[in-house]
Amino acid sequence: MIESFLTQLEKQHLIAAFALVGGAMYLSYLISDKLTRGRVHGSAIAIMVGLALAYFGGIYTGGSKGLADISLFAGLGLMGGGMLRDLAIIATAYGVRFQEIREAGISGIIALFLGVIISFIAGVAVAYAFGYRDPVSLTTIGAGTVTYIVGPIAGASIGAPSDIIALSIAAGLFKSILVMILTPMAARHIGLDNPRSAMIFGGLMGTTSGVAAGLAATDPKLVPYGAMTATFYTGLGALLAPSVLYIAVRAVF
Amino acid sequence: MVIYGVALLAGCMLVGLWAGDVLGMLLGVESNVGGVGIAMLMLIFLGGYLMDKKKMPASTESGITFWNGMYIPIVVAMAASQNVAAAIDGGMIALLASLLAVVASFALVPCLNRLGRAKSEKPRPEKDEPTALKQDTRQRKSASSPVSARPRHAR
Repeated sequence: MIESFLTQLEKQHLIAAFALVGGAMYLSYLISDKLTRGRVHGSAIAIMVGLALAYFGGIYTGGSKGLADISLFAGLGLMGGGMLRDLAIIATAYGVRFQEIREAGISGIIALFLGVIISFIAGVAVAYAFGYRDPVSLTTIGAGTVTYIVGPIAGASIGAPSDIIALSIAAGLFKSILVMILTPMAARHIGLDNPRSAMIFGGLMGTTSGVAAGLAATDPKLVPYGAMTATFYTGLGALLAPSVLYIAVRAVF
Repeated sequence: MVIYGVALLAGCMLVGLWAGDVLGMLLGVESNVGGVGIAMLMLIFLGGYLMDKKKMPASTESGITFWNGMYIPIVVAMAASQNVAAAIDGGMIALLASLLAVVASFALVPCLNRLGRAKSEKPRPEKDEPTALKQDTRQRKSASSPVSARPRHAR
């Protein structure tokens, strides 16, 4: 009986994921309401529960997709994968007025460049402090701190060893997790409460998943603005890191 | 029909991501450059145009608003399928590098916010003393809050 139910869960994996996430969100909103009296947003709790489950899933299976590597929860990978995530992010843009985007346009572009450079410098500085001295490793770790997609792109194009590339991916993953967790806490202190600052925020942070989740847990109305600029970040990072930034690192070290 | 809304959304996504790929190729980058952002802009313009033409009945709209509403659950599923274990394996360098980057970027949000505001106020004709300028920013702040509080589908 139970076995045949589990088989159904595995077969209808996407539907099972809908039910599972729905249940997890119900519990998270209940905790938010009863235990924190609404001070911690329900979706922030749900995201942290998701991350914790992903950690245990990753340890249990040794795979790279968190809880989605357990075949019973494979649907989570499809539901939270790039395809549906992008579709949902784009849907949030419906009804946004273009004027609000144009007003913050220049600041958003400045934020993009500044965001890539600041994250890169932070990564290079920490790598230097830990004893890395060769420009290739420094650049790759710096690029990984930009986002976990830029790290391997830059590393591959300047010939970094695989352990450094793995480290750069880890730095990028941490960044997106930290943005998810810290954004709702920091939002009030950095004035993240209007479309304009959300666009600047998206440009500075850049990690699409981090910005998407962080803003969702802060104020869902801000999501389209942050996501709009954030989606240009990885491309810009992939453009700058192996070229201009690598040359700059070589010139300094 | 609901499917019209979903199809409009899907069409924007496909064309946007394709444009992002082409942009990446033109720039010589192995990555999609702003595909989702381009798709969002397309949806804003196409959706706005159709709404103005009264070609967006509630049923068509619901095909888009459904996916809008699924956004947070999808993000939760995304969080649950992140490679958290690998991040923790990366150890202190990875944690410190990203923490420093995130904190520095957070700190820059208010700076850039102020910078852009000051600039956009420059072309105003009357030259007023700082107190008047402060009042002006306060007014703009209070003016912007009802805009964001308004339901997004009201036009």
